[in-house]
Amino acid sequence: MSGATLTLASPGLSLFTPLRAVLALALVLLVLLLLSLSHGAVGIPLQAMPQLLFGDIPADHLEMQLWQSVLLEVRLPRALFAILAGGVLALTGVLAQALFRNPLAEPALVGMVSGGALGAVGVIVLGGGSFLLLAPAAFIGSLITTVCAYHLGRRYPGVAGLLLAGVAINAICFSLIGLFTYLADDTQLRTLTFWNMGSLAGARWPLLAWLTPWLLGLSLLALRYWRGLNALLLGEREALHLGFPIKALRRQLIVLMALLVGPLVAATGGIGFIGLVVPHLVRMVLGADHRSLLPAAMLGGACALLAADWLARIAVMPAELPIGIVTSLIGGPFFLYLLLKGRPV
Amino acid sequence: MKIFLTAVFMLLSLWAHAAAPQRVVVLGGALTEIVYAFDAQNRLVGVDQSSVYPAATASIPKVGYYRSFSVEGVLSLRPDLILASDQAGPPEAIAQLRSLGKRVVVLSSAATLDALEQRIYGVAGALQLRDDGRAKVANLRAQLKLLANKPAAARPNALVLFSRGGAPEGAGRETAADATVRLAGFHNVLAGQKGYKPLSLEGIAQLKPQYLITTTMSVAALGGMEKVLALPGVASTPAVRQGNVLVLDDLLLLGFGPRLPEAIAQLQRAPRPARLSQSGRGQ
Repeated sequence: MSGATLTLASPGLSLFTPLRAVLALALVLLVLLLLSLSHGAVGIPLQAMPQLLFGDIPADHLEMQLWQSVLLEVRLPRALFAILAGGVLALTGVLAQALFRNPLAEPALVGMVSGGALGAVGVIVLGGGSFLLLAPAAFIGSLITTVCAYHLGRRYPGVAGLLLAGVAINAICFSLIGLFTYLADDTQLRTLTFWNMGSLAGARWPLLAWLTPWLLGLSLLALRYWRGLNALLLGEREALHLGFPIKALRRQLIVLMALLVGPLVAATGGIGFIGLVVPHLVRMVLGADHRSLLPAAMLGGACALLAADWLARIAVMPAELPIGIVTSLIGGPFFLYLLLKGRPV
Repeated sequence: MKIFLTAVFMLLSLWAHAAAPQRVVVLGGALTEIVYAFDAQNRLVGVDQSSVYPAATASIPKVGYYRSFSVEGVLSLRPDLILASDQAGPPEAIAQLRSLGKRVVVLSSAATLDALEQRIYGVAGALQLRDDGRAKVANLRAQLKLLANKPAAARPNALVLFSRGGAPEGAGRETAADATVRLAGFHNVLAGQKGYKPLSLEGIAQLKPQYLITTTMSVAALGGMEKVLALPGVASTPAVRQGNVLVLDDLLLLGFGPRLPEAIAQLQRAPRPARLSQSGRGQ
């Protein structure tokens, strides 16, 4: 690598320098976190929050004990999980869009999510349902579908080839998932129904303790790829001429994405559209320079999923909506808008 | 040994008496029905969305569907007891309720008489209504015994057909419908398949069911009785030609709850002269 530094001029609003944008997003995330921690079926007053989080609770104060257990055991792990998952989904969206050189690439659309789901479902039906088996199986599933999507999508120029490949891959994966479901026995079916929800409800401290270092470490690694991603924007040949080992870069990005998406799918069951909507919104403001786009998209994704989870929790109290419904309700129309905007293919 | 058991039992009942639950959340319609059967509905503070019988459940706060209920929703109702089907989940949510110090009683959802009795005992025990529980089970046994006094030789073939808005499905073995229908003295023509599977309309004619059993919601989902009877494959069965079509309320046929004797009685009320089945075979 010749270390060619490539900085793209930002066409965005000059009000938002990258640093300011990242700081603003971090602030929004903090506000959303407080909002999400204090709102829900159990109402917790904001002013009680510091004492609940850090202070001692009088043993006879039953109300406060309920608040504290809800806050520490239910809401906090779930909010942190939403931040983590949202950030990773948006990040992989950016990586996919750069790698596929395609504005509509997104982990779910190109089959990465359904491949991971297929791997996980296969393990549930053929073997045991422990998360330590689910995660690697989901990774392998994601990896295979990503490689397929990449090679199939390249056969046609423009958006159509990749989307059609994604449609076919998704169809194949979902039919195989259907086949596994058909073969599953009663207890396996039960595991499957719980797993397939696309939900953050599984967020518990032991899962987070395992998933957080993994996803954060890989995300930080991904942030270092900004130069290569910028070069890819110009075109693969141009990137090669700039001195980027394009084949190795491509391979590394595909494995990195599968390592991120697979375990996440194994834990959440797949949440759509965050990886599509958030990178586009961030790009509108900040431009396409991956140096700032990657961290800003991560923060934006975290904000988006945290807000979506908050909506899902408070919309039909004391029940809750599946979070996939909320993200798709917002993401679906946005996807249509991108299609109709009529970018020349 | 006996003394030890007695001591344990006394301790248990002492502990139980100390905390008679007054705020109960139920996850699973079958268990809600049992709570109502004990006339303990005034203790219910929340139920899940599958609790639709009796109609009065509509006015109780819902905490979501029992397979994906909301932990916080349950907690916000401040229950001192949670009665959950073993199908309730996700498992993390049940574990979370327990780790927050809530008393969660999980009961089997299996469609066997044994499991039904355990369900009734379980609910009764949790609600401090052990005597009522014993009475209810004794009553259930007596009713079932009465209904079982039928000649076992005449076991007409029956097909159990469902639809939940899609293609019609048939109930195979190890389903609540199969158990109910067999208790009523029918032979399930789909005993070779396990669970609910889409029906092969071609296969139905082959199976020659003498009775067609379905539910009110399935008939509605398929677009009315005429549509059901006109389904290809179904139309040519002995059941439809002789007009032996039974329609039961969904929860009655599928619930496998305290109303089981009623379901069996409704199924047995259908005319079934032995001659008819023999002439059917002779053709």
